[in-house]
Amino acid sequence: MKVEKRIVGPFNRVEGDLEVHLDIVDERVESARISASLYRGFEEMLPGRVPADALFIVPRICGICSVSQSIAAVAALRELAGATPARNGQLAECLIGACENLADHLTHFYLFFMPDFARAAYAGRPWFGPVAARFRAIQGDAARDVLPARAAFMHLMGVLAGKWPHSQSLHPGGSARPLAQPDVLQVITLLRDFRRFLETHLFGDRLENVAQLASLDELERWRGQGGGDLRGFLAVAADLGLGQLGQASNRFLSYGAYATPEGRYWPAGLWDGEVQPLDIAAISEDVSHAWLEGDALPPAEGRTRPQPDKAEAYTWCKAPRYRGQVVETGALARQMVAGQPLVRAMVAAQGGSVTARVMARMLELAILVPEMEAWARQIEPGAPWCTTAELPDEGRAVGLTEAARGSLGHWLTVKQGRIARYQIVAPTTWNFSPRDAGAQPGALEQALAGLAVPGGELTAVQHIVRSFDPCMACTVH
Amino acid sequence: MAEPLNLLWLQSGGCGGCTLSLLNAEQPGLFDRFADAGIRLLWHPSLSEETGDEALAILVACAEGRERVDLLCIEGSLMTGPHGSGRFHILAGTGRPMVDWVRDLAGRAGQVLAVGSCAAWGGITASGPNPGGATGLQYDGETPGGLLGRDFRSASGLPVVNVAGCPIHPGWVLDTLQAIAMGRFGAAEMDALQRPRLYADHLVHHGCPRNEYYEFKASAGKPSDQGCLMENLGCKGTQAHADCNIRLWNGSGSCLRGGYACIRCTEPRFEAPGHPYAETPKVAGIPIGLPADMPRAWFVALAALSKSATPKRVRENAVSDHIVTPPAAKTGVK
Repeated sequence: MKVEKRIVGPFNRVEGDLEVHLDIVDERVESARISASLYRGFEEMLPGRVPADALFIVPRICGICSVSQSIAAVAALRELAGATPARNGQLAECLIGACENLADHLTHFYLFFMPDFARAAYAGRPWFGPVAARFRAIQGDAARDVLPARAAFMHLMGVLAGKWPHSQSLHPGGSARPLAQPDVLQVITLLRDFRRFLETHLFGDRLENVAQLASLDELERWRGQGGGDLRGFLAVAADLGLGQLGQASNRFLSYGAYATPEGRYWPAGLWDGEVQPLDIAAISEDVSHAWLEGDALPPAEGRTRPQPDKAEAYTWCKAPRYRGQVVETGALARQMVAGQPLVRAMVAAQGGSVTARVMARMLELAILVPEMEAWARQIEPGAPWCTTAELPDEGRAVGLTEAARGSLGHWLTVKQGRIARYQIVAPTTWNFSPRDAGAQPGALEQALAGLAVPGGELTAVQHIVRSFDPCMACTVH
Repeated sequence: MAEPLNLLWLQSGGCGGCTLSLLNAEQPGLFDRFADAGIRLLWHPSLSEETGDEALAILVACAEGRERVDLLCIEGSLMTGPHGSGRFHILAGTGRPMVDWVRDLAGRAGQVLAVGSCAAWGGITASGPNPGGATGLQYDGETPGGLLGRDFRSASGLPVVNVAGCPIHPGWVLDTLQAIAMGRFGAAEMDALQRPRLYADHLVHHGCPRNEYYEFKASAGKPSDQGCLMENLGCKGTQAHADCNIRLWNGSGSCLRGGYACIRCTEPRFEAPGHPYAETPKVAGIPIGLPADMPRAWFVALAALSKSATPKRVRENAVSDHIVTPPAAKTGVK
């Protein structure tokens, strides 16, 4: 029996700081421990400020989920105030939330995830030449297509939110940025331009055709029918068996995404063989293996106090659990809960895999851009953008949303007009959580356990870790 | 062609938002811009292929002087806690505090740049009780010193260049790097806080589209109003050094164009304004934070005068979310 301990760090092309510990026995990962190695302490910074200051501070928790952090804070303050936002403001919130999430999906695919297939370890594969030329980090020609397209898509933020990241345009009552007629026309034009990029380079097909893919057979047929970067990935994934890699708990959480005037565009829920209603009272955060004091608590009662010398700890990340169980969150989870048929079929066949996680993101791009076009057309210049929202001096509230990489919640307590407690449970806090007091490994820790690493070659580890599109800045905050 | 300059980029106690903002660079995109400026990316945590041991090999070679580091960009605060140990940020895979890595690498670098207000001053990561012991590279808030000390000079002879902002505009960083690469950046190109003057010689107020409202002190009363944000909603654009309304964000944006106050995010201690961000502190109805170089009595007198002269159009539009009274058009006369 050959036993080996490996540490992979700095684990880059993820947002923030990540270290992966692997116990390898006979060329197979026996167990993994995931460490988030940066602590900043936002939950200690916010108490004492007026609640509205959260709108300026929380986006700065994370440069890649910045608007999502804003939306969660706005939702909490909205609940606190009992405010009803203006319809135009709701549409603006949906549009900039979707813009951030889809830009993140694009950044993840092209800049963070795909460059691993240009590694020398794959030099012998039949697809290597063109894939490496297209996706090699920094030098690949895909970057020359995607960076300008991403930046142009982000002009939506310039119009609707002033800037990205770290906008403060969203309020409990709606949006502080009213759009006039030419602004609306520009938003529609920018979306058409982004659609053209996706259809030309990523999908090689109409968005609507991709969005309608409903079964594994349809996907397989579609894969043979043209070009585009997604088909390139699917060919690689089939060759490397990425559909068999990276299963976690196969229990999926979504808080529901895009609070349109007609309700959430994608619903909230928990998938555990079937969809169950979301019960936020089922959420608690365990800190048994984090460098933090205390015991498991619901976020509404949560505490964050560093204990850097804690013996059994190995990360700054708490371990959120849903009814004590490990759940996965992200685009795959959102689409499982929403019932997207292709994603359901992929998970039914092979569980939540590297391929399924990537495909769920790609489907969101195809589904959501047409929806964004519809939201933009509903904007009525001249109608209200922001209602008044009076914040009470006392109260508790919860703000839930979906960032690109999964479920994000803010739990807020206000006393005497000041923030008394602010607890944040971020998507990658769920996915990259450590073990809990019952020794259950977190989702990624489960996804890595059992992985074959012949010759100690860890490239597959790269794929599995990045398939979650982690954001470590949010994770610990 | 001259040998390219090697750029090493590291992130510590921040949000990564300066890198994400950098990706918004346009015409050309980021990687082409680096290439055009003669800059080679040695390693970047979000963008490079090398991970784990491959990345460490690069960092060790840089720290030991076997790989030349012409430009060292640090993004995020430097985390000195707990109790001065730096353990709130261990560089993954090394067991060693990031502050120790940064000290070593800064000593080897041709030029050190603080990218963003966290790396420059401590920034938002130093908010409230500053739980992480966050500090800037050469400033701790307004106080010179920080991680490297006030006497630090890189091999170029310059102190840390503070490309402050939360986040940075991609143009601020890329213009600064390009100017350095072209040998056009010296001490005279920095302001008193070591910020590149190419953006810090302006005030956010310059080019603000709400300027007519400012002139007449026709003020917004609530979010989504079109009026000036200074009198009631906390805007500090007349005091903040940056060209945000000249060099626009994401095509056509800026904070003020987005409907919200400038919180002077390029300035030290912007994280601790001493009042709610979105409220303007006043004494006897007059904002405390007047334009820095304008005599108070003059400002008050001019404000009173201009308020009394405000056209109906400006007064009405200021408190509306759309134009209710357009400028009158001359009609009927040829």
